[in-house]
Amino acid sequence: MSTALQAQHVRDEIIIRMENVQKWYGSFHVLKDINLEVRTGERIVICGPSGSGKSTLIRCINHLEHAQEGRIVVDRIELGASSRNLDAIRREVGMVFQQFNLFPHLTVLQNCMLAPMKVRGTSKSEAEATARKYLERVRIPEQADKYPAQLSGGQQQRVAIARALCMNPKIMLFDEPTSALDPEMVKEVLDTMVNLAEEGMTMICVTHEMGFARQVADRIIFMDRGEIVEEGTPDTFFTNPRHERTRNFLGQILSH
Amino acid sequence: MLRQFGTNEFLFILTAARWTVLLSLIAFAGGAIGGLIVALSRVSSLKALSLTAGGFIQVFQGTPLLMQLFLVFFGATTLGFDTNPWIAAAVALTLNASAFLGEIWRGCIQAVPKGQWEAAGALGLHYPATMRYIILPQAFKIALPPTVGFLVQLIKATSLAAIIGFTEVTRAGQIINNATFRPFVVFGIVAAIYFILCWPLSHLSMRLERRFAAATTR
Ligand SMILES: Nc1ncnc2c1ncn2[C@@H]1O[C@H](COP(=O)(O)OP(=O)(O)OP(=O)(O)O)[C@@H](O)[C@H]1O
Ligand SMILES: [Mg+2]
Repeated sequence: MSTALQAQHVRDEIIIRMENVQKWYGSFHVLKDINLEVRTGERIVICGPSGSGKSTLIRCINHLEHAQEGRIVVDRIELGASSRNLDAIRREVGMVFQQFNLFPHLTVLQNCMLAPMKVRGTSKSEAEATARKYLERVRIPEQADKYPAQLSGGQQQRVAIARALCMNPKIMLFDEPTSALDPEMVKEVLDTMVNLAEEGMTMICVTHEMGFARQVADRIIFMDRGEIVEEGTPDTFFTNPRHERTRNFLGQILSH
Repeated sequence: MLRQFGTNEFLFILTAARWTVLLSLIAFAGGAIGGLIVALSRVSSLKALSLTAGGFIQVFQGTPLLMQLFLVFFGATTLGFDTNPWIAAAVALTLNASAFLGEIWRGCIQAVPKGQWEAAGALGLHYPATMRYIILPQAFKIALPPTVGFLVQLIKATSLAAIIGFTEVTRAGQIINNATFRPFVVFGIVAAIYFILCWPLSHLSMRLERRFAAATTR
């Protein structure tokens, strides 16, 4: 993709660079020579069949998974041997999980305040102000004092997004954020993600919501069996996929 | 010359119950501290620590409590310490409780879903903070019913301390029985005292368990 065609919100600076990344689970080759560059402000959607390594790939970015080979540079920080670099990377990268993973023993507000206070050393009052600001932004300020179990799935996922945003990350990773939701709640979460995209957040989303991909993605990446098979703008990806595997996959998910 | 079983004899047994309670509390408090250390060591990624804690648990779960009492009691003499049955019983029961509570709590810590670790890690929380603010509070809730259940076992287990000469309620019963030879009355009373101590706890444990089951199946 040439710079001339790049959307306005995408800047030149490369914020994530994966070079020749390889990962195995035992003898199972789960990531095969992954090369990926993400620019600041870019929104990327990753799709592909179950077990193709999508989650593993994005979890390597914030080092929830360890890749045995290759380089991963996030905001000019490479993990290397130092645990301080890991801290720096985790501060820059927020993550939203399919199963929300909210802390069930803490209220919504406490969920949002914990990491800023314990990781960034933010004062309680400041952490609370930030938490309320982001709960407002995901449009559930009135739920602040409830516990996660008292909320609907869609509300829980929006809390999870707010919780990640409270750390003020530069990059947000989404791992199938709407897959565990009842259909009527998918939209509220996607709307929140669209807002976030409009604000210029760098986003990598593993999702099969092709409407969302069409609407916000700068680039769609198709993975199969641990490889990046194909990538392109939504237009070329949907109308003119090059690979047989991509066409099969699109045929399957667009048919229902 | 047989003594009659009267109020004094009854009071002798009853007041000895305070030593049963005290020994149970000491062993439980010590076992709670020891158990937390054992449980944290057991789930640690440091192999040596985890294996040591595992070995500790195996030894204390795999041998009779009575042997542990003997070993501490007579072992202390052999090593030249003053053999006070009080201290020996407290030490042996504390070690035993540490092993059992450690194993119970290890299970509870590991019962907290992996996603909680991942969410905490993704937010940049380190291991100690994750343990303290995320994992242990959730493990604590899971641990409450079995821990109270274990306390009941522990109270009953203190009766073994009678054998090394510690005058708690069982030994008080033996002393009175030797003097009055009214075993049915004497040990009936001793058993009733244990029951009065344990029953409310068993009941509490069952209630907690039901409440917990209701909360998790919702
Ligand atoms: N901890 C693990 N140990 C062994 N194999 C694993 C582990 N985690 C994932 N795998 C395997 O690696 C492959 C890729 O997993 P991954 O979760 O990245 O796939 P995915 O593309 O996200 O799939 P899905 O759409 O089902 O979420 C799968 O075959 C999975 O079984
Ligand atoms: Mg996945």
